[in-house]
Amino acid sequence: MRRWLLPGLVLVLLLGAWELAARWEVIADALGIEPFLVPAPSDVGDSLWSDRQLLLDNAWVTVQEVLAGFAIAAVAGFGFALVLHLSDTMRRALYPLLVASQTVPVIAIAPILVVWLGFGIGPKLAIIALVCFFPITVNALDGLRSVDPELPRMMRTLDASRGQILRRVEIPSALPFLLSGAKIAAVVSVIGAVFGEWSGADEGLGHLILVAQGQVQTARVFAAVFVLSALALVLFGGLALIERRVAWWRP
Amino acid sequence: MRSGTEAPVEEPRISSGTERTPTSVAVRGLAHAFGELAVLADLDFEAAPAEVLGFVGPSGCGKSTLLELIAGLAEPRAGVVEVGSATRPAERLARCAYMPQRDLLLPWLPAIDNASLAPRNRGTPRAQARAQAAPLFERFGLTGFEATRAAQLSGGMRQRVAFLRTLLAGKAVLLLDEPFAALDAITRAEMQEWLAGAIAEERRTTLLVTHDVEEALYLCDRVLVLSARPGRVIAEVSSPAPRALPRLDAVTSTGFTAARERALAALMEGSR
Repeated sequence: MRRWLLPGLVLVLLLGAWELAARWEVIADALGIEPFLVPAPSDVGDSLWSDRQLLLDNAWVTVQEVLAGFAIAAVAGFGFALVLHLSDTMRRALYPLLVASQTVPVIAIAPILVVWLGFGIGPKLAIIALVCFFPITVNALDGLRSVDPELPRMMRTLDASRGQILRRVEIPSALPFLLSGAKIAAVVSVIGAVFGEWSGADEGLGHLILVAQGQVQTARVFAAVFVLSALALVLFGGLALIERRVAWWRP
Repeated sequence: MRSGTEAPVEEPRISSGTERTPTSVAVRGLAHAFGELAVLADLDFEAAPAEVLGFVGPSGCGKSTLLELIAGLAEPRAGVVEVGSATRPAERLARCAYMPQRDLLLPWLPAIDNASLAPRNRGTPRAQARAQAAPLFERFGLTGFEATRAAQLSGGMRQRVAFLRTLLAGKAVLLLDEPFAALDAITRAEMQEWLAGAIAEERRTTLLVTHDVEEALYLCDRVLVLSARPGRVIAEVSSPAPRALPRLDAVTSTGFTAARERALAALMEGSR
C-alpha cells in the first residue's frame, strides 16, 4: 500500500490545483479558462454519477470490442510468432515486413476499414487487433528466441521431439515475454477502440465522446475518458495478476 | 543435505529405466574445430563397459566439446566415435545420457517432473513417470522435495535432481560435464562422495569431465590428462582407490596423493 501513497498524493494535489483553477474565478479569468470548456474535477465527478447509466451502457459496448479485439490479436500474434520461430525462412521473409508495417498509421486506415467492413463491430475489432498484434507478436517471438540455447539441447539428450521442446521448454520460457507484450497491448487496445468508434459508430465510449464534444458537454467527455482509462487499467492489472501467477519464476 | 557417511551404497539397486548392458565407448582419431580454431586434435581412447573414465585438462581444452561430440549433439571434423556398435550421431544420442555443466532444471516444474522429463518425452503418462522417479528421490536424499519447484532448491539438490534426470534417461552411457563446478567446496566434497555411491550402484559406462584432478581421481577408475587447446591425451593415470568411502581417507592416502601429483605434473606440462 505504501508505494501508492506518493503517487496518490501527487494526484490529489494535481486535481486540487485543477479544481482551484477552474472554480476560483480570479484564477480562471487570469488564465483565460472558460468553465464550460474546462470542467472542474468535481463537475466530472458529477457527470460520472449522473450519467452513470449512459456511461455504463456505452462502456459495455467498448469492453466487448476491446476484449474481442484483444483476444483476436493474442491468438493471431502468438500463432504468428510461433510460425516465425519455427521457420527460419518465414522469419527472414516476414519479420522485416512486420516491423515495417508498424509505420502504417492504423488511425489513417481506420476509415478505409469502415468502408470495407461496414459500420458494425467488424472495423473496431480489426483496428484493435491491428494495434495489439505488434506488441504481442514481437514480445512472444523475442521470448521464444531468447530461450537458453542449452535447454533445447538438454531436451534432445532426453529424447524430446521438436514439438516437445516447444511445449515443455520454449513456450513456458516465452510466457513472461508474451505477458509483457499483452500488457502493452492492453493499454493500446483502448486507444484502438476509440479510433475505431470515431471512424463510424453509434455506440461506445468513443462515440459518446464525439457526441458530448459536439454538444460542448465537456464534463461528460472527461467522464468518458476517465472510464476508458479505468478500463485500460483493469485490463492491465488483470494481466499483471496472471503474470504473477504463471511467471513467478522469472529470473 | 545428508551427511556423506550414510551414503546409500548398501541399499538395493533400483533400476531407474530399462535394463541396460554396459556398453563400451571408443574414440579414434577424433579432431574438431570451431571455424579456424582447433579445439581437439587426434584423440584416441576407449572406455571399457562399466568403466568410469575421467578427463582433466586446462580450461578451454575442449573437454565439454568432447562430451558433446560423443553424445552425438555435434559431428566431429574428423575421426570416429563408437558407442557400443553405434556410430551415427542419432544412434549415439539414443545411447548417451548427457549431464551438462549447468543443472538446466526447468524452474517452473517441480523437482520430480524435472527428474522425469525423459520418460515423459518418451510418452509415459505423468503419474507413471513420477512413480518411476519417486524411489530415486528417496535413494538420493531428496525425500520431501518432490513437489518443490526447481527454482527453490539449493545448489547441491539441484545437481542431484539433474543427475537423477540423467539417470532416468535410461541410457547405457553417462556423460558428466563438470557436474559440481558451480558448488562450494563443502557441498562439492559431499556431492563427490554421494556420486561415488550412485556410480557404484548404477554400473554404467561413465565419462566424467572436470578441471579438478582430485575429483577425477576419486570418482574415476582411470583419468586421461588433456593438453591445452587443441586438446589431446598427454598422460594416463590409474586411480588407486576409485570411489572408496569415506572420501577423506581415500584422497589422503599415500597412493592417492602420488597419483594426484603425477596427474598434476602432466597437467602443468600440457598447459604450457
